[in-house]
Amino acid sequence: MKIDKNTIQKIAHLSRLEFDAQGEQKMIDSMTQILDWVEKLDELDTEGIEPLTTMSSEVNVLRADEVKPPLPHDKGLKNAPQKDSDYFRVPKVLE
Amino acid sequence: MLSPEIRDKYTVVIGLEVHAQLLTKSKMYAPDSTEYGALPNTHISPITLGHPGTLPKVNKRAVEFAVKMGLACGSEITRHNIFARKNYFYPDLPKGYQITQDKGPICIGGEVHIKAKDGLERSVKLTRIHMEEDAGKSMHLAGEVDTLVDFNRAGVPLIEIVSEPDIRSSEEAYAYLVEIKKLVRYLDICDGNMEEGSLRCDANVSVMLNGAKEFGKKVEVKNMNSFRNVQRAIEFEVERQITAIENGESIASETRTFDATTGTTASMRSKEDLNDYRYFPEPDLSPVVISDEWLEAIRAEMPSLPHALYTKFTKTFGLPEYDAQVLTDSKEIALYFEELCGLTDNYKAASNWMMGPVKSYLNELTLSIDEFPIRPKGIADLIALVDAGSVNFSVASQKVYPEILKNPSASPLKVAESLNLIQESDASSLQPIIDQVLAAHPDKVAAYKAGKTGLMGMFMGQVMKESKGKADPKVATQLLEKALS
Repeated sequence: MKIDKNTIQKIAHLSRLEFDAQGEQKMIDSMTQILDWVEKLDELDTEGIEPLTTMSSEVNVLRADEVKPPLPHDKGLKNAPQKDSDYFRVPKVLE
Repeated sequence: MLSPEIRDKYTVVIGLEVHAQLLTKSKMYAPDSTEYGALPNTHISPITLGHPGTLPKVNKRAVEFAVKMGLACGSEITRHNIFARKNYFYPDLPKGYQITQDKGPICIGGEVHIKAKDGLERSVKLTRIHMEEDAGKSMHLAGEVDTLVDFNRAGVPLIEIVSEPDIRSSEEAYAYLVEIKKLVRYLDICDGNMEEGSLRCDANVSVMLNGAKEFGKKVEVKNMNSFRNVQRAIEFEVERQITAIENGESIASETRTFDATTGTTASMRSKEDLNDYRYFPEPDLSPVVISDEWLEAIRAEMPSLPHALYTKFTKTFGLPEYDAQVLTDSKEIALYFEELCGLTDNYKAASNWMMGPVKSYLNELTLSIDEFPIRPKGIADLIALVDAGSVNFSVASQKVYPEILKNPSASPLKVAESLNLIQESDASSLQPIIDQVLAAHPDKVAAYKAGKTGLMGMFMGQVMKESKGKADPKVATQLLEKALS
């Protein structure tokens, strides 16, 4: 399957990614390659087979409604590129 | 303002999407606390923050709460539940997707009974109810270069209740929300507080010419933080859409945001519409299968519901609709009243006590019925005291009741006796007072006999005064009428 320019631009917008024309071509090429590889699965006949949603056959892996100690505040914020003593900070999303 | 003639040419079509925050202790897929009002980013975990390698795990209680709502609405309960990823990129969504349900929501169909404007009951059909998680909270403060993000709310369990486009006016939308709030509170699955955001509502609004085969273009309105504002937003939107159509313009299918200060809606940036959520099954969660046993166990936990209680109060207890409506407003009042009706046969008196002296005491002290000092037995005893003719209602409610409030274990009869309030309904002891009053007013007696029957009130007043308020009015009236005939 060939990825076209429109598709790559749409996906770029949805992922909030930006690249120049050269980068765009590289992206088109590698995504096309990935999809071609996945397309190999089309060789199999999956008629009448329910889609697989999980890798395990387990059901009802549930948790009781109990609170466990949280991740300490400073540890949670530790790896954030931008933060203050209370919040994660991100570039302003509303004007 | 549109003229009624123009407005009446159109049918309004409304569907509501209501998000209810579930009252679980921990989050939907992680064990962090859901408690409201904590310091920012203190109810977090690697799962909530979407760190690589973490796995979500479903909160059993949240599933049960969603099933309860479905049972309350008569929905079909999906037995084999899978979850789905709804993908979008926003800073308050750390994983880059929300774990929700897409195909096969936990509850399918169902209905909510509302009271329409004409007082008639009708039902609003539901499309579905599904489980999902809340996002974090972004703050865009003036004077800040950055957006601040707090993830305490991220992952709090929600159910989304989606109605069919079955609502025909803003008043019906309001009535629907009132019923949803009542239901979630009866079920004790959500506190129903729209101002604090534990109940949220988006409205899909369109208009079409009466009798049209196809609905008009649908506009989604967001950002209403009260029932009243949902009603206002719909009213504005209906007016705006009809005006546009009358002017030959077409309606754009878009998302608009409501501004409570102006009462208007405005188009949101079109880039939002470019969203494509690319739903796909969540591979990190195994299916939740609801067995017959589990379903029955949940059903066994169901409380009496407002609609069933309303029917019981009107049909079995024979109460006026108004009484039943007021008494079923909150579960606690309704259950207190139901208990009270097990202790007395005088249901109307029980209702009068609840809506009068009991409610005014609670309102005055802003208490809930759980904090009310008198048990239903005490109120039943007060009713019995009045029904036996020992005291009348005003003495019971103004003199005896305050004493019982101070000392809830006291017997109303004993209190009435000790305060010397038991009314005189014994004819032989009342007769001397009647005789005395009539003898003191020979001129009035003559006037009465000459046809001034309005003087009866004056005689009664004198009898009451002489008996220090204890004369049984019924007996006294009979005796007076006999003596004057």
